[in-house]
Amino acid sequence: MDIQLTINDISLKVPEGMTILDAARTVDIDIPTLCYLKLNEMHYNNNIASCRVCMVEVEGRRNLASSCSTPVASGMVVKTDSLRAIQARRTMVELLLSDHPKSCLTCAKNMDCELRSLAAELGVRAIGYEGVESEFEIDHSSFSIVRDPNKCIRCRRCETMCNDVQTVGVYSAVGRGFETVVKTAFDLPLSKTACTFCGQCIAVCPTGALTELDQVDKVWKALNDPNQFVVVQTAPAVRVALGEGFGLEPGTIVTGKMVAALRRLGFDRVFDTDFAADLTIMEEATELVHRIQHGGRLPLLTSCCPAWVKFFEHQFPDLLDIPSTCKSPHEMLGVLIKSYYAKTLGIDPKTITVVSVMPCVAKKYEAARPELAQSGEIADVDIVISTRELARMIREASIHFDHLKDQEFDHPLGESTGAAVIFGATGGVLEAALRTAYEVLTGETLEKVEFEALRGMNGIKEAVIPIAGRDYRIAVIHGLGNARTVLEKIQAGEINYDVIEIMACPGGCIGGGGQPYHHGNMEIVAARADAIYREDRAKPLRKSHQNLAILGLYKDYLGEPYGKKAHQLLHTSYTGRKKI
Amino acid sequence: MCDTASTNEFAQKLDDYIDSLPFKKENLIGILHYAQEIYGYLPDNVQWHIAQKLDIPSAKVYGVVSFYSFFTMIPRGEHVVNVCMGTACFVRGGDKLKDELENQLKIKAGETTPDNLFTLETLRCVGACGLAPVMIVDGKVHGRMHEAQEINEVLAKYRPES
Repeated sequence: MDIQLTINDISLKVPEGMTILDAARTVDIDIPTLCYLKLNEMHYNNNIASCRVCMVEVEGRRNLASSCSTPVASGMVVKTDSLRAIQARRTMVELLLSDHPKSCLTCAKNMDCELRSLAAELGVRAIGYEGVESEFEIDHSSFSIVRDPNKCIRCRRCETMCNDVQTVGVYSAVGRGFETVVKTAFDLPLSKTACTFCGQCIAVCPTGALTELDQVDKVWKALNDPNQFVVVQTAPAVRVALGEGFGLEPGTIVTGKMVAALRRLGFDRVFDTDFAADLTIMEEATELVHRIQHGGRLPLLTSCCPAWVKFFEHQFPDLLDIPSTCKSPHEMLGVLIKSYYAKTLGIDPKTITVVSVMPCVAKKYEAARPELAQSGEIADVDIVISTRELARMIREASIHFDHLKDQEFDHPLGESTGAAVIFGATGGVLEAALRTAYEVLTGETLEKVEFEALRGMNGIKEAVIPIAGRDYRIAVIHGLGNARTVLEKIQAGEINYDVIEIMACPGGCIGGGGQPYHHGNMEIVAARADAIYREDRAKPLRKSHQNLAILGLYKDYLGEPYGKKAHQLLHTSYTGRKKI
Repeated sequence: MCDTASTNEFAQKLDDYIDSLPFKKENLIGILHYAQEIYGYLPDNVQWHIAQKLDIPSAKVYGVVSFYSFFTMIPRGEHVVNVCMGTACFVRGGDKLKDELENQLKIKAGETTPDNLFTLETLRCVGACGLAPVMIVDGKVHGRMHEAQEINEVLAKYRPES
C-alpha cells in the first residue's frame, strides 16, 4: 500500500514501511547522515539512529525525528530544511566533535573522514561545547588493523558489518552512556580475537577509529637501502581501483601507469601477482583432479583469500582438510622470487625485499604467518601495502600519475593471461579454473570462455558444469556470512559440491578492505568489476595454461604441477583456532 | 572459592541450567544472572563459556555484561553492602552514609576489602524511602543509618566472631 506524504512542500507517494530518509531521496531531497549506512548488495543496514544527524521536523510532533529510522505515515508533513532542523543537525555534529580528538591534520583518514566533511558541509565554524576527551589505549596489536577508540563516534557501522555481514562478531558496544565504546570481547587486543582482518570495518568506519597498519615508511626504507634488491608485485584488483586515488573515474584501468609509477618509485623489478594467479590455476586444478581420482574429500575450497582462511580456522576447525592447500597467489610469487628468480639472478634471497600491493589488509597479516617462509626464516613476502597506501606513496613522491606513459611488467614473472586478472572479482577464480579444466580434460578448445553464471553480486552463486562426461557442481560465495551458511550445510551433510570459491569481501577483491574508500557507493565496486572483465577481454591469451612463462617455470624449475617441488614451495597448511 | 573441583561443579550446574532452557540465545540475561549467582561474579572465562554454549559472539556477551550495573566482572566479598543513592536517601544523608562506610571498611565504593569479607556498592532506590537513608547488606535493609556507631554495629553482625 502506498503512503501519501509531503516533504518540503513536495507531495509524494511511497510504499508503506519506507523511512523518511529514503522517501526524501526518491524526490531528490538529500538529508545529511552519518551513522546511517545501507549497502543493499551486501544486505547491510545500519540504521540505529545513534548520531542524530539526520533530524527533520515532522508537523505535529514535539521533537524532531531521525529520518533514517522513522517510517513514513499517511498525511505526514516533513520539513528537512527548516531552521530548527538545520540548527539541530549542526548542534549534533558540534557535540560529536566536542569530545573528538582535534588531530584532523595528521589523522590517517584525514581527507576521507565523513565526520570532517559533514562538519564542513553543515557549516560548523566553531565547537560550542567543550567536552572531556576519552583516553583509550590505541590497539596496534595486529598486523592489519589499527583501532583508535578515541576517534569512535559510536555509529556501530563496524559492529553491523562484523556481526551481520561477516558473522565474525568481534565488535560490540561496551559500557553505558558517555562511557560506551565499540570494543572487542574482554577488551582483548584484536590480534587475540577471531578477527579475520578482512578490513570491511575499515571500509565502513566514517572516522579514523579504524585504519590499516601503515607500512609505507617500511617500503621507503627498503627502497633507500642500497643493499636490498626490492621487488614489487600488484594484485589484479589494484589496477582497476588505484586511479580513484588520483580522481580518475571508478573503473578506469591504470595497469600501465601503475607499472610506470612503481618504476619511478625505485623498485628494481615490477612483477605481477597475475602471473601467480595463472600458476594457482595450474596447482589448484591439478589438486582437484587428484582429489577426485584418489577419493579425496570434496568440496575443494579455494584458499586465495587470507581472511577466509582465518575465518575457517576459527569457525570450522573440523573442516581444515577441505580447503585447497595452495598458498595465495602473492605468497606463491614471493617464494618464487626468493628461490627461482634469486637463482636466475645469482643473488642471495636474504638481500631481496618483496613488497605486495594488495586491495586487502588481511594480506598484511598473512605475510606475517610464520609458516609462509622458506626454512622458517626467509619470509615469502616482506611488506604488504594496500591500494590506498600505494596511492599515497605516489603522491608523496610528487609523481603526476595521470601524465605517466604506460609501461609493461618485467619478464618473466610479469606475464599473465585474462584468466588471472579476473581473480580480482567474485567468481573469477573458478571461471579461470573452468577455462583450463575444460581444455585439459576434454582436449578440445573452449570457444566461449565467459561463464556468466559465476559473475555478479549475488552472495551465493551455483552452477553445474558438465566437462568430459562428469557434472561439476560448483558454488561461488563472497561475504563470510554467506560462507558460514554454506559451510554449515556441508557440515550437516545437506548439500554437496565439488568445488567452492570463497572470498571474504563483497564483490571479491575489488571490494577489498584496502581499496580506495567507496563511502557507501556500491556503483564504484560494480565499475571496478566491469573494468576487470574489460581487462580480461583485452588480453591476447585468456587461459592460464597458455601462459608460456608458467610452462617454462614448470619445465625449468618446478617439474610437475602439484609435484614434489611445487608442494614444497607453493602449498601450505592450516591451524585450528579458538572462537573469541 | 575457585579450586578446580568447585569450578567444575559450577560449570556443570551452569551447563545443566542452560540445557534446561527451551530458548537459549533469547535468555542471555537470565543465564548471566544464574551464572553470577553461582560464581559470585562473571569472569572472562565464564562469559566465554556461555558464548560458546549459546553459539553467539563473546563480544556480545561482554557488551551485555558491561551494560547492566548489576553484573560484575570483579569478584565480590562474602557480604555485599549497598548504599542507596536514590533521591530520598540522598537528601537525608546517603552520601554521608557512603563516606562513613568507606571510612570504616577502608575501601572505596565498588571495591572489596582485602580480607574478602565486604564489597561496598551503591544503587538507586530500593523503595524503602520511608527509612532513608538506607544500607542493604546481603539483601537485608537497614534504615535510618545516621550514626557511625549504628553503622559499626550493623557491620559487626557480619564479621566472624573472634
